[in-house]
Amino acid sequence: MIRDITIGQYYDADSVIHRLDPRVKLAFTLIYIVSLFVGHGPICYAYAAAFLAVVIVLSKVPVKFMVKGLRGMLMILIISALFNVFLVQGEVIFRWWIFTISKEGVRTAILMVVRLIFLVIGSSVMTLTTTPNDLTDGMERSLRFLKVIRVPVHEIAMMMSIALRFIPILIEEVNKIMKAQIARGADFESGGLIKKAKAMIPLLIPLFVSAFRRASDLALAMEARCYHGGDGRTKLHPLKYQAADYAAYAALLLYLGGMITMAVLLP
Amino acid sequence: MNIIEILHLIHEYKEYDENETETETVRAIDDVTLSIEEGSFVTILGHNGSGKSTLAKHVNALLLPTGGTVMLCGQDTLKTEELWTLRKNAGMVFQNPDNQIIASVVEEDVAFGPENLGVPTEKLEKRVEQALERVGMTAFRMNSPNRLSGGQKQRIAIAGMLAMKPKCILMDEPTAMLDPVGRREVIQTVHELNKQEGITILLITHYMEEAVDADRVIVMDGGRLIMDGTPKEVFSRVEELKACHMTVPQVTELAYELKKEGLDLPDGILTTEEFAEALWNLH
Repeated sequence: MIRDITIGQYYDADSVIHRLDPRVKLAFTLIYIVSLFVGHGPICYAYAAAFLAVVIVLSKVPVKFMVKGLRGMLMILIISALFNVFLVQGEVIFRWWIFTISKEGVRTAILMVVRLIFLVIGSSVMTLTTTPNDLTDGMERSLRFLKVIRVPVHEIAMMMSIALRFIPILIEEVNKIMKAQIARGADFESGGLIKKAKAMIPLLIPLFVSAFRRASDLALAMEARCYHGGDGRTKLHPLKYQAADYAAYAALLLYLGGMITMAVLLP
Repeated sequence: MNIIEILHLIHEYKEYDENETETETVRAIDDVTLSIEEGSFVTILGHNGSGKSTLAKHVNALLLPTGGTVMLCGQDTLKTEELWTLRKNAGMVFQNPDNQIIASVVEEDVAFGPENLGVPTEKLEKRVEQALERVGMTAFRMNSPNRLSGGQKQRIAIAGMLAMKPKCILMDEPTAMLDPVGRREVIQTVHELNKQEGITILLITHYMEEAVDADRVIVMDGGRLIMDGTPKEVFSRVEELKACHMTVPQVTELAYELKKEGLDLPDGILTTEEFAEALWNLH
């Protein structure tokens, strides 16, 4: 049913990683990305791979879901590999017409691709194990310091969570309008790109009108329920670090420390 | 004691044409004076555009008067500086169940009001629990509101009000978008709240049937109060109600027509049982 659609790519399971505070998972993603850029050479990447493997096993999310995210990246991976292979100068190992392949080129291409793959899988660990709502909560808390420079963090988080709530409702509405327009003879299927785009107009206009009406209703309902911004607001489930969260932070720092040591010591 | 005190309330708004020039001033509420006793169940009837919703929105200061005063629990809505304590006293349930639920989990939506009021976390838990229990929705606590029926969503909305511990609840056509089952659920819930918790209820509707069990019925037309009394008094004035495009409950109309034809029936019959009783007594 359309009302059950999951937004993002959350994979429901009960694991240590799922239960972690969203802030920890945000930190994990950040630190992991940093570590990938700190490290160089096969040993560092083997280390990064081992760490990621442990996290994936702990998260109980099937590897197939992790790899899914890579499919969209395929083109970028191929292009960046080709660029590196052909354009990096160095000891020539193959030459044909205007193409030359160097040893260094092959080496950087492989490292670049591996780095990108880890990057994608590493960040999908976060989105696969955290519900969009938790993610919003986590971001609101971790970015709170931006309030000092007048970034409306609470308002942005509130908008995100309201958007999450209304996406399924609006999708259902699209279906309803579509059926109503088809019943009146609208044609959404045939024709070229331009004709199809034009056919969307009778779908989009009613959708926008209704979305605005909903927004105005919702604003009134929020005001009636005493909403007046983030100041002085309490939370039913405030984010609170548990022992496991501190342990996870420690593990992260240890991992990053290891990576930096390796990067410094290895040639 | 009167919880709501409205004195000579006037509300006007301006209409604009495409060039944003003023075309006319519409008087949505025209000199309404009304007081509502604490703990009572009042139904406001009226057809579309009669000003009934506008009137309700004045009570919790969503709209402010053009003229006259509105007092809620002794606070003047125009002069108050504590808008939130004022709104906390008068929860409002709206027509569209989808457009008033803010969170993606039932319990978090119920907590939204008290969260805004800054109720500490330890107490929130309890308030949410009690509010959900009051409307019989405890089992759905962790559900997504998207999977609930219209009646259930309205009960969640009511729970959201209860969690703020209001003195009165304003219901702005809460059943207009519901099926008969959902409608019964909602009306029954508010009646229970009124009887057991003593919460004042102001129910705005255009379903006459929902007015039958109220303590007091007010009829509005063209921004004015035209009738005010017990359901029996109001519904015995069938001709007047019809004159302002309203239909009385079926059984009341039948009794009225029979009476006109010469049957000796009492005025203002409201329920089928009452009607059957009266017919039996004739016999």
